[in-house]
Amino acid sequence: MSTGALPRHRQLGLTNWEADEIPRLLGREPTDTELVMFSLMWSEHCSYKHSKPLLRAFPTDGPGILQGPGENAGAIDVGDGLAVAFKIESHNHPSAVEPFEGAATGVGGIVRDIIAMGARPIALLDSLRFGALTSARSRYLFRRAVAGIGHYGNCIGVPTVGGEVGFDDCYEDSCLVNAMCVGILPHDGILRAAAKGIGNRLVLIGNRTGRDGIGGASVLASAELSDDEDRRPSVQVSDPFTERKLMDCCAELARMGFFVALQDLGAAGLTSSSSEMASKGGVGLRIDLDVVPLREAAMAPAEILVSESQERMLAVVEPHHVATVAEICRERFDLDATDIGEVTDGDRLVAVAGGEVVADIPAHLLADDAPVYEVPQTPAPAPTPLDLATIAQPDDLAGAWLALLARPTIASKRWVYEQYDHIVGANTVRRPGGDAAVVRLPGTNRAIALTTDSAERHCQLDPRAGGAAAVFEAARNVACVGARPAAITNCLNFPNPEKGSTGWRLAQVIAGMSDACRALGTPVVSGNVSLYNESSGRIIFPTPVVGMVGLLDDAARSVGHGFRREGDVVLLAGAGEPRLDGSEYLGRAEGLPPPPDASLEVGLCRFLAGAATEGLLVSAHDVAAGGIAVALAESAMAGRIGADVVIGDAGRPDVALFGESGGRVVVTCAPSDEARLRELAGAVPLTAIGMIGGTRIRVHTGGTDIALSVADADRAYERALPEALA
Amino acid sequence: MTGNPPTVTVVRFPGSLDHDAAVLAAVQTRIVSAALVHHRDTELPAGTIAVVLPGGFSYGDHLRCGAIASRAPIMGAVRRFAAEGGRVLGICNGFQILCEAGLLPGVLRPNRTLSFVCRQVALEVDDAGTGWSGDLPPGARLSIPIKNHDGAWFGDPAEGRVVFRYDETNPTGSHERVAGIANLDGNVLGMMPHPECACDPLVGSDDGRTIFDALVQSAVRAEVA
Repeated sequence: MSTGALPRHRQLGLTNWEADEIPRLLGREPTDTELVMFSLMWSEHCSYKHSKPLLRAFPTDGPGILQGPGENAGAIDVGDGLAVAFKIESHNHPSAVEPFEGAATGVGGIVRDIIAMGARPIALLDSLRFGALTSARSRYLFRRAVAGIGHYGNCIGVPTVGGEVGFDDCYEDSCLVNAMCVGILPHDGILRAAAKGIGNRLVLIGNRTGRDGIGGASVLASAELSDDEDRRPSVQVSDPFTERKLMDCCAELARMGFFVALQDLGAAGLTSSSSEMASKGGVGLRIDLDVVPLREAAMAPAEILVSESQERMLAVVEPHHVATVAEICRERFDLDATDIGEVTDGDRLVAVAGGEVVADIPAHLLADDAPVYEVPQTPAPAPTPLDLATIAQPDDLAGAWLALLARPTIASKRWVYEQYDHIVGANTVRRPGGDAAVVRLPGTNRAIALTTDSAERHCQLDPRAGGAAAVFEAARNVACVGARPAAITNCLNFPNPEKGSTGWRLAQVIAGMSDACRALGTPVVSGNVSLYNESSGRIIFPTPVVGMVGLLDDAARSVGHGFRREGDVVLLAGAGEPRLDGSEYLGRAEGLPPPPDASLEVGLCRFLAGAATEGLLVSAHDVAAGGIAVALAESAMAGRIGADVVIGDAGRPDVALFGESGGRVVVTCAPSDEARLRELAGAVPLTAIGMIGGTRIRVHTGGTDIALSVADADRAYERALPEALA
Repeated sequence: MTGNPPTVTVVRFPGSLDHDAAVLAAVQTRIVSAALVHHRDTELPAGTIAVVLPGGFSYGDHLRCGAIASRAPIMGAVRRFAAEGGRVLGICNGFQILCEAGLLPGVLRPNRTLSFVCRQVALEVDDAGTGWSGDLPPGARLSIPIKNHDGAWFGDPAEGRVVFRYDETNPTGSHERVAGIANLDGNVLGMMPHPECACDPLVGSDDGRTIFDALVQSAVRAEVA
């Protein structure tokens, strides 16, 4: 890509209008250093300039919410005076350019957001989307991204307990790598980013500053990808060994009460962290760039200000504590800690280099006053239901079932999660592979349930319903392990919002997610937006990834998804009208998936969590991609025991078996517990559909009988990913 | 016996993550106390009856897994302790450190898959006479997780005593399915599986307790003798 012919502001990613706006707001021409700072802070990635007005629609408050959006992460009450802080964030564009470092630094960045809240990270999840594995490039990107996530998470000793992976051609050029981190802290230990106290010092802790990641937020993350490999220098480099030291060091300093404020250095580096801290605190900051420890000699002031070198934190510390903080960092944690400036009266972010002021900007201009754009609201044509007459019925339903189990999006993700240490910390009660992970809160009997979910095809076809469906699926997953859905974080991965119907879809998805969050009482406490996920040839589906946290009062009462005992009753909880429209079986975004039923979903979650609390559920598994046939097979494989069930006639056996809808969960219980389960279900439909036993999964629907041996199912399910990647 | 309480000493290296704390929690029983010692220290605490080198990524695994840690200041004291017959257990990265230090035979090579593997695995007791497997007979099975990238042991099993082997799945591709090997004297054991991650049925299994119970019992017995 040649940028030589473009004017300076265009090379930096600013529009002509924005370049004119800067001198108007500043009252003078910006210096080149200042122009670079504006270009980063006014990028979509840092300013959310295309999504901010739409994000206001999210419900963000409710009982138990200790911190909503606006800080480094959200935080909720989990009982016993404890809170969990959590957030999900994308690192899509860097991962498409250099998958190992891109994915690894994505994990590092989200972990520092949790550290900045004063929390100790206890769990990681990753939501991934790649092109079909028939593509050599997608295989390379996927393999390296998984290795990068594993490398970072494993080395810092935070378990990667869950997530999800999907494959579709639309992600071939724009893969999605979203990482979620969850941390624990006492209520009164929540740190905030607002700088306070005129005369307090700014202390930079952690790695030295180098030339890596310059322009990462603007030219890389806020534009469509083309000729990606040229942009490799814009990708940061990871150092998990230092991150772990930073994690332990910040936890110790936070515990000792040395932080007035704390912020990580992420996108746009020192510029964003300092301007946000100043703007939030209503103060100024003066930074001496000459004392910032550098990895390379002769870095220009602008480079120091926007470098995205990893594993750095910026703290506000009272002057009389600076020496102690520096000594603790150096002596106990072998980390640099440098006094680089002070909190000043006023509102200006001032950077000094070589005795000269190189930048002097009201902090709010950078942090809060980026232009805001209304994105075009051009509705997409309304989808029409699939004409089933055009979809041939398979002659061999069992063969179709087996093929579906081997579809990479459905198949076992063991190849992925075995590369992640999912048990370090010795609190992982439910490991990856089930509906949601369950992590015991250290030092208590309580636990949290964690999941990430999306419903991208549904969002493409019917964005409002799809947005709601993503939230409800996450809630069902959390409820299946026996937890009460509590709150969500989200990462909105979309194409270019300035084109076509993307802006409309973004607004619709947000509206649908908000509907579902209100119905469930699960506010949005944090989030991230990643736009421009498209290339000249391919446009991704709208992919809102929902990261949900649920609560369990007793870690020992969690429920798995595997069938367990011969003679147990199989029941279908909830109801839905299965359709092939937009289903994994159909394999394409076509048709009109059934809209979610909010009151059913809420009732279903309440029923599942209540039944788990009473210890009535032997297993529970959400009916999701692949329909009830896949859900039954997954439960059979997990428990290594078969089942014999009868399911409703949906007109055609393939629709009954593989059709998808929300609102359905397969549960099992002892026959003696069925009556009590029915009492608990109340208005939630609960239908006995069969019994556990044998070595085969037999399904009767309409006049058709289909059976699969658990061993054959397992072989297809487990071998698919390793073989696709061999 | 000295006047100091019998102590199982766990070495903390930079990058030991939380494995050191998990080992501490696992060995704390009524009859012994447990203590952490820093990698820069040069002496083991008085009263030490056994030493554990925990898992993790000591020094970020820079250079080669365990290579830098094997030359850490504390390792001189660990070497002397082992030479006097003291019981030393290396878990995962601790196993790699003991091989790098020459206290155990062989080396740990990258796994057959060339990738990190985290999995609950079945171990079989082989040589039951070292005291490391408690009262379990040869062939007895334990369910304990592995989580490593360089976990394929390679060397001459005759240079040591094979205490644990993987079942037929041999998840790392270890030579002769070696999962844990002791020196010929039997007082130093290295194992890739993490017994400290198998001390609570709620998080997977409590078969790891067998190994810590055996460690404490045999160390106390050696001390009394």
